[in-house]
Amino acid sequence: METIEHDIVIVGGGAAGLRAAIAAAEVSPQLSIALVSKVYPMRSHTVSAEGGAGAAVGGDDSLDLHAFDTIRGSDYLADQDAVEVFVAESPGEIVQLEHWGCPWSREPDGTIAVRAFGGMSVNRTVFAADKTGFHLLHTLFQTSLKYERIVRHDEFFVTSLLVEDGRCAGVAAIDLLDSEVRCITAKAVILCTGGCGRIFSFTTNAAINTGDGMALAYRAGVPLEDMEFVQYHPTGLPGTGILMTEASRGEGGYLVNNEGRRFLEDYIPSKMELGPRDILSRAIIQEIEKGHAFQGPYGEYVHLDVRHLGERTIDTKLPFVRELVRDFVGIDPVHEPIPVRPVVHYMMGGVDTDLVGRTRLPGLYAAGEAACVSINGANRLGSNSLSECLVFGARVGRKAAEDALDAQPVPGNPVARLAESEQERLVGSYLEKDGGRERIAAIRRDLQAALEKGAGVFRTEESLRDAVMAVRALRERYRAISLDDRGRAFNTELVAALELDNMLDVAETIVTSGLVRRESRGSHTRRDHAVREDDRFLKHSLAFATTDGPRIEYSDVTITRWPPAERKY
Amino acid sequence: MAEETMTLRVTRYRPERGPDSYLDEFDVPYREDMVVLDALNHIKDDIDGSLTYRWSCRMGVCGSCGMMVNGMPRLTCSTYLREFHPEPVVIEPLESFPVIRDLVVDMTDFLEKLREVKPWVIREREDAVEEGEYLQTPEEVDRYKQFSMCINCMLCYSACPVYAQDPEFLGPAAIALASRYNLDSRDQGRSERDEVLGVDTGIWDCTFVGECSVVCPKDVDPAAAIQRTKVSTTTRGMLAAVWPHRGRR
Repeated sequence: METIEHDIVIVGGGAAGLRAAIAAAEVSPQLSIALVSKVYPMRSHTVSAEGGAGAAVGGDDSLDLHAFDTIRGSDYLADQDAVEVFVAESPGEIVQLEHWGCPWSREPDGTIAVRAFGGMSVNRTVFAADKTGFHLLHTLFQTSLKYERIVRHDEFFVTSLLVEDGRCAGVAAIDLLDSEVRCITAKAVILCTGGCGRIFSFTTNAAINTGDGMALAYRAGVPLEDMEFVQYHPTGLPGTGILMTEASRGEGGYLVNNEGRRFLEDYIPSKMELGPRDILSRAIIQEIEKGHAFQGPYGEYVHLDVRHLGERTIDTKLPFVRELVRDFVGIDPVHEPIPVRPVVHYMMGGVDTDLVGRTRLPGLYAAGEAACVSINGANRLGSNSLSECLVFGARVGRKAAEDALDAQPVPGNPVARLAESEQERLVGSYLEKDGGRERIAAIRRDLQAALEKGAGVFRTEESLRDAVMAVRALRERYRAISLDDRGRAFNTELVAALELDNMLDVAETIVTSGLVRRESRGSHTRRDHAVREDDRFLKHSLAFATTDGPRIEYSDVTITRWPPAERKY
Repeated sequence: MAEETMTLRVTRYRPERGPDSYLDEFDVPYREDMVVLDALNHIKDDIDGSLTYRWSCRMGVCGSCGMMVNGMPRLTCSTYLREFHPEPVVIEPLESFPVIRDLVVDMTDFLEKLREVKPWVIREREDAVEEGEYLQTPEEVDRYKQFSMCINCMLCYSACPVYAQDPEFLGPAAIALASRYNLDSRDQGRSERDEVLGVDTGIWDCTFVGECSVVCPKDVDPAAAIQRTKVSTTTRGMLAAVWPHRGRR
């Protein structure tokens, strides 16, 4: 078996992974840094982020105000020390990206422009029209090409963490070209693999968002934190789930029901369309339940109306919205309202880390959507995630680099043996497996339907319990899968099977954490426990893997300067 | 009423089974709002799990799903079946690239060329972050913005008759990205990039057929970038000869 030695291995090439790679490269020219990704980095899901990156850069803004908005938005579940670090370092990261060439939209005087976003009390979302993630990702990727010590392993799929003597010492990864496992050793492994929206049937997320890093860490004994908190974005296109950016409301767009009324006046009159995502998604579902929605072939929906902004504003501030609606709905938002409904968008939860991205497993780190620091608590504010990727990507890259410079060499032989047994597992359980007749896509569809039904915008004891049972039954069915594709060259069915394995694990943590959190907080809304209960649940949930499924523990929330209060807007 | 169907003819190629490829035929359920990628996913999920292709965002921005659709390089997530229905549609891997498997092509050549043109901001002195942003007016952004919209989908390489003949040619997307940085008011690296662009396999290989700009799904217009660079390189070369201190911006 081929062993590839590096000092640092970063899994995932989106915003957090690329930012970590550059930060690590700048610590020392002696470090060899591997960027391992199942897709070419510029295909990473960061590319689909639209609206912008939050940072207190405006003249009327302050770090404390950004922190307070974030904490209130989180329904007081965010760790306030993490939020303070986050707001303090976001503005510098925005400038750093600017220096690297990111085409931020500008004010007439040449300074970086900011726009309004939901739950933010002032304009603080930095943007590049409405393709912010695309530009940010390509800027980071192109800048990373400067550093020869960043070595890319494109289209490698990581199948397990190599843990030797209580330390993460590398990863086993298949090269898609030949489906052979490579043993990639490192003194530090950083998971930047993004979210897992694909475990739901209706999502903005790309095909690649299957919770790989979360599952890798979970199986290695690291807890997944706050997994019950799933963000539904209020405005996705029915059918495809394609995101209509919050910037369309930030720029002045309206949400309208079938009576032609801006119904948010019944729910959050002080903020209207600029309310936080959890509240707006609930409002839309309630409008649907009241019979105030439109009927369409892909379910009920409300209207996002930007017509009054005019063609000129739409073309300069929201060109991608116009392009997407034309291409995928077949209407022009300059002349017609856009059909939208709430759609799974983002995971507040993830791999439990400290403020520099370290997990409980020495040698293992995480950042970005895959991680839970936690700055997002029970509900993330729009535009905080791109900044989070930059701030905590940079922090984890620097920390992992410092640690790697001090670390002992990886014990080569025992680690290589771990990778060899991984190769045997893949051949025995997948490529040369006998018997079985379950199709991957069938199990995946049933999983997605179970999560959609049981862990939606509104949840109950019964819906979550049913979902737990459904996921367990699907895990049983998974044992009987059979691949059509037994070839070794670019076997995407093998990858899909391994992704489904990850999705099943992550899904089980979501529904189990949700079942035992018997309160409503942020995005986790229980019809049978409608109020927030700080006495019992001002706590982070931690899901640990056991042979009987997740075991849920709780840990304290860090409160610094903002005592928990009723969340009012 | 019987469900409407549509026929796809799809290139299959497995290197383990020898050098030949062939067209496989599948009938898929047809709806008016289906894109080509939906049909491929239907085949993979429910008919033949070994069909191999790349895709991810399904919203025309990740650049993964470029293929030849009835002989034209297209993003399959944004190409509707109704354009061809009820006739069968032929799906093949992007032309001018080595094929790895079925519809998956090898694009490592592009990644190397991308690095060659130095697609990052080059400055004599980089300001510290604490000094704040480099000022850039909206008009200055507009000068390079179009060339920054490239999603690296490779459709332009597939359409380019020069690249088909001469794989050494830098190609449309790489040149467009070089122009994107050359036109950026924050950048001072034009002369370094000109060393790569100015050779025979750089801009001068281009015969200005313009197919790259026709097939570009993001209106990047690489042909314009190449033409611009030819003009500016010539002008600056002439100026440098007669007036050595001019010609550099």
